[in-house]
Amino acid sequence: MGERTTAVPRSALAAHAFARGLPEDQVDRLAEVARYVQVPAGHRLFEEGRSADRFWLIQAGRVTLDLHIPGRGPVIVETLGRGTVLGWSWLFPPYAWRFGALAAEPVRAIALDARAVRVMCAEDPALGYELTRRFAAVMLDRLQNTRMRLLDLYGAPWGRDG
Amino acid sequence: MTAMTPVPYRVTERREETRDTATLVLRPCGAPIPPVRPGQFTMMYAFGVGEAPISVSRTGTVMEQTVRDVGAVSRALAGSAPGRMIGLRGPYGAGWGVEDAVGRDLVFAGGGIGLAPLRPALLYALRRRASYGAITVLIGARTPADLVYRAELDEWRERGARVEVTVDHADDGWRGHVGLITSLVNLVCADPPNATAFVCGPEIMMRFTAEALEAKGLTDVRISLERNMRCGVGWCGHCQLGLRLVCRDGPVVPYRDVASELRVKER
Repeated sequence: MGERTTAVPRSALAAHAFARGLPEDQVDRLAEVARYVQVPAGHRLFEEGRSADRFWLIQAGRVTLDLHIPGRGPVIVETLGRGTVLGWSWLFPPYAWRFGALAAEPVRAIALDARAVRVMCAEDPALGYELTRRFAAVMLDRLQNTRMRLLDLYGAPWGRDG
Repeated sequence: MTAMTPVPYRVTERREETRDTATLVLRPCGAPIPPVRPGQFTMMYAFGVGEAPISVSRTGTVMEQTVRDVGAVSRALAGSAPGRMIGLRGPYGAGWGVEDAVGRDLVFAGGGIGLAPLRPALLYALRRRASYGAITVLIGARTPADLVYRAELDEWRERGARVEVTVDHADDGWRGHVGLITSLVNLVCADPPNATAFVCGPEIMMRFTAEALEAKGLTDVRISLERNMRCGVGWCGHCQLGLRLVCRDGPVVPYRDVASELRVKER
């Protein structure tokens, strides 16, 4: 079973953490290319290497980002949940997914047509700047979290035996 | 008998939690140490090896302490087989104060073996489930193999806690959450002004988790500090942090009271 989509209520888009505070005219423009999707658990949203033509604002449920490792199969690199954004490869050439994404539980999200959003950003620099700024904040947060994971905090001794 | 005299306890059971961590079930050989409040610790003595401060992971006359092998003393303690005698002094330090948080939503955030001192506070609240609001437990570990108390998580859920687990690095079979423990903070079910959070783990993890919880609106965030403790009773000064002696004035403290001190670089 695949995704079920319906039109997005403008208010639902404006209420998502990623879009909160966007000017009304920008929300209206984005809502034109947004679809409200419900994805069953186990459904693969995208595969590594495929065209990055959408991104999702997750409202409920969890999505795992994974990478297929020969001999091991898909290994999860990160989990994204409510209030987060899935997908930024659509922003930069070659517009292809670097990882795969699987719905770990039933997911409710707002999916946006990435090609249409790229065109909007090119036509409207104010919208382009605002989205770029918001995606940069998401990337900064993920980069910092990844660096923290690289520190291997739990691996180093920190017990009271010193 | 003085404050420095260890009380003999016998290991009656040893449960291996991970490759380097074990939970010891301890029964007093005679009179027990005074009752332990959730969040307190004891000085555990491996006879002939030395002493280390270890959090109590289950309170009661028959109590539990979970020990990670990070040095000579903790290696001797963690490897203690049933029947072996060890010494205990204490209990020491301020507890979590879960007893005073009646009516509030509770958030427990434990990283690695930091879940050990949180466990008695969680069990205390679960035994009095109707006295508290929503209970959320956030658990972070390096890998799935490093998760402690894994066998108990479903029981905690059945008793009314929302339990969320994340690992920094998944293995092939892991289908749970992957990411920093801070990424679970969004899942906390709590009314921020009416919530109390208890956070324990590596210091950096506590800082980032406490900041994420505060950003969510929680104002009552308590952490359990980790310092080099020797005497446990405020005599030796080894565990000084600013104006505090962690063994006496902590280990549990409001995050806001120590946030700036945790950013001071040690020489």
